[in-house]
Amino acid sequence: MTYTDRQQKRAEIRAMFKSNVRRRLWVDKIVVGTVIVCALMAIIPLIWILGTAVYSGVPALNWEFLTGKPGAVGAGQISIGPAIQGTVIIIALTSLIGLPIGIMGGIYLSEYGGNSRFAKQIRFFMDVFMQVPSIVLGIFAFLAIVLTLGYYTVWAGAIALSFIMFPIVARSTEEALRMVPWTYREAGAALGLSKMVITLRIVLSQAKKGILTGVLLSISRVGGETAPLIMTILGSNIFFSGFDSSTDALPLRIWRLSLQPYDEARIAGWGAALTLVIIIFAIHLGVRYFFLRDKSGKGLRGVLRG
Amino acid sequence: MSTVMTDRSATITTIDKPQTRYKMRTENINIYYGKTHAVQDLTLAFPEKSVTALIGPSGCGKTTYLRCLNRMHDMTPDAKVEGRVLLDGADLYDKRIDPIYHRRKVGMVFQKPNPFPTMSIYDNVVAGVKLNGVRNKDILDEIVEDCLNMAYLWEEVKDILKKPAMELSGGQQQRLCIARALAIQPEVLLMDEPASALDPIATQKIEETIEELKKDYCIIIVTHNMQQAVRCSDYTGFMYLGKLVEHGKTKQVFERPVDKLTAKYVQGQFG
Repeated sequence: MTYTDRQQKRAEIRAMFKSNVRRRLWVDKIVVGTVIVCALMAIIPLIWILGTAVYSGVPALNWEFLTGKPGAVGAGQISIGPAIQGTVIIIALTSLIGLPIGIMGGIYLSEYGGNSRFAKQIRFFMDVFMQVPSIVLGIFAFLAIVLTLGYYTVWAGAIALSFIMFPIVARSTEEALRMVPWTYREAGAALGLSKMVITLRIVLSQAKKGILTGVLLSISRVGGETAPLIMTILGSNIFFSGFDSSTDALPLRIWRLSLQPYDEARIAGWGAALTLVIIIFAIHLGVRYFFLRDKSGKGLRGVLRG
Repeated sequence: MSTVMTDRSATITTIDKPQTRYKMRTENINIYYGKTHAVQDLTLAFPEKSVTALIGPSGCGKTTYLRCLNRMHDMTPDAKVEGRVLLDGADLYDKRIDPIYHRRKVGMVFQKPNPFPTMSIYDNVVAGVKLNGVRNKDILDEIVEDCLNMAYLWEEVKDILKKPAMELSGGQQQRLCIARALAIQPEVLLMDEPASALDPIATQKIEETIEELKKDYCIIIVTHNMQQAVRCSDYTGFMYLGKLVEHGKTKQVFERPVDKLTAKYVQGQFG
């Protein structure tokens, strides 16, 4: 092919490019616009829900509401102290059971199980677990624990909820660990480190952010669950009185309040909903602050961005 | 530079004496990736206190071979290694021994710089030592200064040791990886194209580092760059299609190659 031939060929190829540049620029703008609108449509309901919770919930908030016991309807103030206490207890207990199992399971799946049959089966069951309606888990905990023991206990609730928690944590931990490039494991091995040390000290620290995202997601999910709690901790009008008696929780209290026809119950319900949102939000910020804080000291701004 | 270095530098003259002592040797190494026979029947020995360069066109099995020298293939599920790798006469592939024991004696520098991103410069250098259980702060400090000096990096980073390693330039990161490999006090150093991602100045610094290090170590370096092999190696092995075609003193391989294929390759006729 001579020089001129090649020149001509190039010109021909260039001539084949679509000439409707103006139209394409317009299409581009429309596509970008559509994408932005879709993003907004995803955010609007969130803002709406949060806005409603704040708008309707703030009037209910006061010290007595947050710390007192729920009295009889019509007898003045309805308070949610036991529910807040119960929710904090149940999130803590659920995390105590669910997080170690979830994180260690995720480490197994990513670092040790690989593509073995056993690992594949575990993955399958975890995916199935994530799809199981939470009320089924509640019934299971009711049959296995509450009926066996003969009393409602916060442990039954925590166990039922940890079944929701650990598949989420395990799968997100697995994904986060897999994102860590292989070269760092090889670098660790080349330094004569054992696999456990490589996993815990080198790989895990790089996957921290992804793991925490899964942890926080699961805590939010668990904090808002109502159905498994109905059959495991029942709900209560008094503060926590031991592991062998029923306990209250915010989602349960919100549900109960919503069933009542009185205005004060409705307002208290919104207040309880707002409190739940605030608790979850506080946990998110707290966890992010403790684990993802930029050591160079960007403080809360770094936390929010991270 | 530390006094340790100057003590040992006197021993460099032993390289060309007839009674060469071999630090490491491989016998009939075959490496398979699934069904691909990547390295075929490779027998080779590496003298101590010297640099051996492995050259050859892309895909000839240089890196694959290098990785079998510290059992790095254990990390890849479908790779299979046959044959013997002897380090001071001990078989690395002895089934009864965990690869960890050998990897502590065989340091490795990878093609792309891979300092641990969550650690500071200081922590990167001592990662292998610290995570293997050394806690004494004074010893760690000493190792950091010593190894960074050996890797020609100390002057550039001595005031920023606590900064994240990822803030360094590519060339500095690679020298940091060399320091990290040296910190575990290995006896053999494997380098997989350590300068391929670097600019000429960083490359030159790394070659100076290699020059300095060979007074102490048995270094095996894989390289694409033939000038680099000429500049910094004592022995050269030429590989082609998974086989060792020629091996000898670098000067001889480049100036009077025995094999026609080697001659073509070192003259730049293919590759």
